[in-house]
Amino acid sequence: MNRLFYIGLTIAVLFIAAAVLAPIISTHDPFTQDLALRYAGPSTDHWFGTDALGRDVFSRVIYGARISLEVGISVVLVSSVIGTLIGALAGFYGGIVDKFLSGYVFNVFLAFPGLLLAIAMVAFLGAGLGKMILALCVIGWVGYARVMRGQVLKVREYDYVMAARALGASNLRIIFTHILPNSIQPLIVQASLGMAGAVLSEASLSFLGLGIPPPSPSWGTMIEESRSFDILTSSPHVMFFPGIAIALTVLAFNFLGDGLREYLDPKQRAR
Amino acid sequence: MKYKLLSFARQLGVMLLVIWTVVTLVTLLIELVPGDPATVILGETATQEQIENFRIKHGLDRPAFFFSYSSDDGFKWNGTDNRYLDYWRGLMVGDLGRSFRTDQPVTQLIFERYPSTIELALAAMLVAIAIAVPLGVVAGTNKNKLIDNLASFVALLGISLPTFVLGPFLVYVFAVKLGWFAPTGSAYIEDIVLPAVTLGAALSAILTRMVRSSVIEELGEDYVRTARAKGLSERVVVYKHVLKNGLIPVVTVLGLQLGVLLAGSIITEKIFNWQGLGLLLLDDGIGKRDYRLVQGCVLVISVTFIVANTLTDLVYRRLDPRIRLS
Repeated sequence: MNRLFYIGLTIAVLFIAAAVLAPIISTHDPFTQDLALRYAGPSTDHWFGTDALGRDVFSRVIYGARISLEVGISVVLVSSVIGTLIGALAGFYGGIVDKFLSGYVFNVFLAFPGLLLAIAMVAFLGAGLGKMILALCVIGWVGYARVMRGQVLKVREYDYVMAARALGASNLRIIFTHILPNSIQPLIVQASLGMAGAVLSEASLSFLGLGIPPPSPSWGTMIEESRSFDILTSSPHVMFFPGIAIALTVLAFNFLGDGLREYLDPKQRAR
Repeated sequence: MKYKLLSFARQLGVMLLVIWTVVTLVTLLIELVPGDPATVILGETATQEQIENFRIKHGLDRPAFFFSYSSDDGFKWNGTDNRYLDYWRGLMVGDLGRSFRTDQPVTQLIFERYPSTIELALAAMLVAIAIAVPLGVVAGTNKNKLIDNLASFVALLGISLPTFVLGPFLVYVFAVKLGWFAPTGSAYIEDIVLPAVTLGAALSAILTRMVRSSVIEELGEDYVRTARAKGLSERVVVYKHVLKNGLIPVVTVLGLQLGVLLAGSIITEKIFNWQGLGLLLLDDGIGKRDYRLVQGCVLVISVTFIVANTLTDLVYRRLDPRIRLS
């Protein structure tokens, strides 16, 4: 394991802790406005200062972690389950099933620029947490499916699979008890990178005004609200803290994914 | 030769299939709009007659697809007289319909804005190459030394820093603090610098990594030993031999990334108020619920992306004989 992996792990744990323990860690209510204290700079009372409505930026950043984690976990869970199943189907059955899935369906989803598809879906469906998660799953599953297909193609040739088949195990049994457990490692790598992607996409959509509507403290929304020239001139802190939070979180999960991949793939480790 | 043509045809076939699916998805996405688009556009105060006229004008009164399903009638066959085929017929002659809001042809709206987006994407690509090639070569030739680690770290930072964080940050430093550039707009030629850096940063990071690992891989090849044995200077070895071979994967990424840049420029365009296709989609399309315009923008961006990908793949095959043979 390299150093970056541990840095990523540390930040990811801190991020998850912040999200889970948000009510304990935050110093103020993230929604309470104090119009007398608009755009106050960082102080002992408001560690990260306050925003346009006098809300505590520190508490909003902490609660923002909650939204990111919620979206990230939902998207990773749903898209990994769907992707794994479809990928396993394609890899295990091969033939025309595989040709249709990996030759056509995968290509279609890979051919679409991911964020654009999410933007289009949200544009037509309307904004909101559930719809956004749905849109991100629609673009997210194919990554898992590809990994899983490749893995199954490799594993199904192994002797123990043939042994299981010789013993009369059913296809389902072979997939679930033999192939899946042996394909889990690359899926974990994919999930870690997928988490980074989901957190980033959520913030991007919210930044574009297509994600979670205000006053929810989504990091993307917070940056969007505070990036005008005037606010950047007078109180840049309102943009900086959520910006740092999102950059660190995405960095952490990328480190984590890269570190794991290197660890699991000795060929890359040597380089 | 026969095999080459066959594989070319196959790739073209897959591309057309994908484009067909994208058009179908885009055409049918409009059916997802909750409620009636006509009411959404004209507002609650519109009379029944106005709504009816609008529906007829934009073909919304016609069935959406070859068949339809409703709980009252069950499955119903609509024949070829449907909106899906209408859209295709228009597409064949370059007609993407008329804007729900301004009644201008969508094709015209899009091609007024398209050049700005391409300009931005190309500028971003230049920025990325200018950063990545030297940085990648330095990192690759100094493998595992401090300078390599530093370059790799910068690259990772570039990948992880989202455009909407980097953009406002650059505005803060170069517009607010230093006053070198205008924060938004595209009035002067130098106004492209900040958007191009913002859009190109992630690509430069990816490219740096690729150039680095390519250089490392090629440096281990036999021809490098031969070149060195011939007495060529290290500079010539690296820049003339290694880089030439090492750039093959980089070209692929560049092509793929042109598509990504065009699609990704949506966020950058919003940050810098750059009047391109992305802003057209966001402000005039989604913001004003001009669904016809949204369809057109999504379609044009996706097709650009798909064609860029296919072309890169073809170029890649030509450049690397190993791929051509296998």
